[in-house]
Amino acid sequence: MSAAPVLALRGVSKRFGAVQALTDVELEIHSGEVVALVGDNGAGKSTLVKTIAGVHPIDDGVIEWEGKPVAITKPHDAQNLGIATVYQDLALCDNIDVVGNLFLGRELKRRGVLDEVEMERRARELLTTLSIRIPSVRIPIASLSGGQRQTVAIARSMLGEPKLVILDEPTAALGVEQTAQVLDLVERLRERGHAVILISHNMADVKAVADRVAVLRLGRNNGVFTVAETSQEEIISAITGATDNAVTRRAARTGEARK
Amino acid sequence: MSTHHHHAEDVAQLANPAAPADAIPAVDPRLLVREQGLSGYLSEFGRKMKAGDLGSLPVVVGLIVIWGIFQGLNSNFLSPENLTNIAITMVATGMMAVGIIFVLLLGEIDLSVGSVSGVSGALFAVLAVTNGVNEWVAVLAAIGGGALIGAIHGFFFAKIGAPAFAVTLSGLLFWSGAMLQILGSSGTVNIDSDGVVGQLTTYYFTDVAAAYGLAAVATAAYFLAAFTDNKRRAAAGVPSRPMSELLLRTGLLAVFTFGPAAVFNQYKGLPLAVVLFVLVLVGTDFVLRRTTFGRNVFALGGSVEASRRAGINVTGIRIAVFSIAGTFAAVGGLFWASKIAAANQSAGAGDLLMNVIAAAVIGGTSLFGGRGRTWNALLGVMVITSIQYGLALEGIATPVQYMITGAVLLATVVIDSVTRKTQRTAGRV
Repeated sequence: MSAAPVLALRGVSKRFGAVQALTDVELEIHSGEVVALVGDNGAGKSTLVKTIAGVHPIDDGVIEWEGKPVAITKPHDAQNLGIATVYQDLALCDNIDVVGNLFLGRELKRRGVLDEVEMERRARELLTTLSIRIPSVRIPIASLSGGQRQTVAIARSMLGEPKLVILDEPTAALGVEQTAQVLDLVERLRERGHAVILISHNMADVKAVADRVAVLRLGRNNGVFTVAETSQEEIISAITGATDNAVTRRAARTGEARK
Repeated sequence: MSTHHHHAEDVAQLANPAAPADAIPAVDPRLLVREQGLSGYLSEFGRKMKAGDLGSLPVVVGLIVIWGIFQGLNSNFLSPENLTNIAITMVATGMMAVGIIFVLLLGEIDLSVGSVSGVSGALFAVLAVTNGVNEWVAVLAAIGGGALIGAIHGFFFAKIGAPAFAVTLSGLLFWSGAMLQILGSSGTVNIDSDGVVGQLTTYYFTDVAAAYGLAAVATAAYFLAAFTDNKRRAAAGVPSRPMSELLLRTGLLAVFTFGPAAVFNQYKGLPLAVVLFVLVLVGTDFVLRRTTFGRNVFALGGSVEASRRAGINVTGIRIAVFSIAGTFAAVGGLFWASKIAAANQSAGAGDLLMNVIAAAVIGGTSLFGGRGRTWNALLGVMVITSIQYGLALEGIATPVQYMITGAVLLATVVIDSVTRKTQRTAGRV
């Protein structure tokens, strides 16, 4: 692990009117590391991601990029640093083919005309590198399964060779097989040395691919755990904020029933 | 079927000998775009049929049926003279349909194109005839006026956020009023039939070499472009079209260029209007499919949010598209004025707007956005104009024409909707 983290948040706060969405949040992520960001609905996960992505600039605190403080005030700043964000609702056009979607907004041109050949060559190269399997790069996105679409959306974020990739609920609404495809891809991103922030509600996914888990609760840090040394129950109690809650009570009940 | 696929994959593997020595194979066997060989092309065609991706097939079949029926009723229908007249008359509506296809690709509608065509024709006539302005200047003013009007509609839609339907409905009324205002009390301005606009629908390239030459140039240009593209693809190691398919496509194009050329030459020759229409179709098709602008138009028709996130200038593209619709409405208006050799109060009214939208939709442009080509305008307008001429030859009055055109449009929309349903079950939109 390199000395300076790719991204570090130091005491980051964010307010929306009367709502204190984030309070003194700390987060560190190194290259080649997958950090899961978990928390209940309204814990501030999406807000935190949007501050990193430049959608909502922070009010207080410091964002450090490779050890140096930086200002991220608009999405463009984040992109220039090397931060790619794949949002929950996919930013793909159903009617355009895979190649067209991968290069949407940054089409390659040759004498002012779209260079379809070069785009197709690079698209195939990228998909091969990431071991993404889709029937054809020339079929509309609408023909792909949910998992395949998600992998295309992630592949699209890789075109700019980002150092940090943020995945917002990449496996929500996916089937078992498709979830596995996406998790495989997350592991390949780590192998290639990218830092990955994975937002997920799914503890199984988190345990499967994340190295560390950062828990947010009511806009504050509520613990950072190393996945290998932490049980699912510990993470859940950090998310819910107490050892006595609906989830633990249920666990205790079913535990007693088993005895 | 399965053995055939394996064979095709083998061929594809052989066709890409430049596989790197890495552990990862250069060609994922499932990444096949087109199977090599003519048989592969045919199986791709069969797959598309099954998936409900009918493309232009229904309208081509429909056109053949319509021509067959009218020829059976009146043997003059398929005469070179009648076909030439159909070809010239359809250009006015066709030009406007090209413009509206851009708007339909966004998933929007422009109801003002009829009125805008009328106001442009009136603007030209009043400038050139009443005020003696140079005809070329008047033409530019009329077309520029159309572009500006379209841009204004686009501004209210894209910048202010008013629904395009409402904005262009207001435009429909406003610009037809403006046209009446411009024409003034007389109501009709006759234009010089030997002038720039007058000759749009009356000039013929009488030399037989003109029509055949254009057909030859188009066919050769297509083959050369496709051939060099294929060579680049092969060099880059991406799937290319097999030579057999290339020759088949070129052969088909030759039939569809030399055939009409022969028909035109049996009458007065190649009509200028047809040449201009074909140039516009080739040009707009190029813009839509080969430029960033065109790609952005399709992207907006697919998902506005995705386009915005990809950094596409949504407002700019929308205004530009409505401006294009206005421009082609104006061009159509000039062809209309040329056809009747006048600008009058009924220009742009009646069933013109409906015919323009019908032409685009009958030709295969989706009303739901993101799907279509400007060539759809040609096919659609051929159907509509053929019906008009066929019924006129039979002496069938306008009310019946309206009803039949309406029924054809409904049939097309039904085909479009059923196609979409089939495509959904086959996983395509």
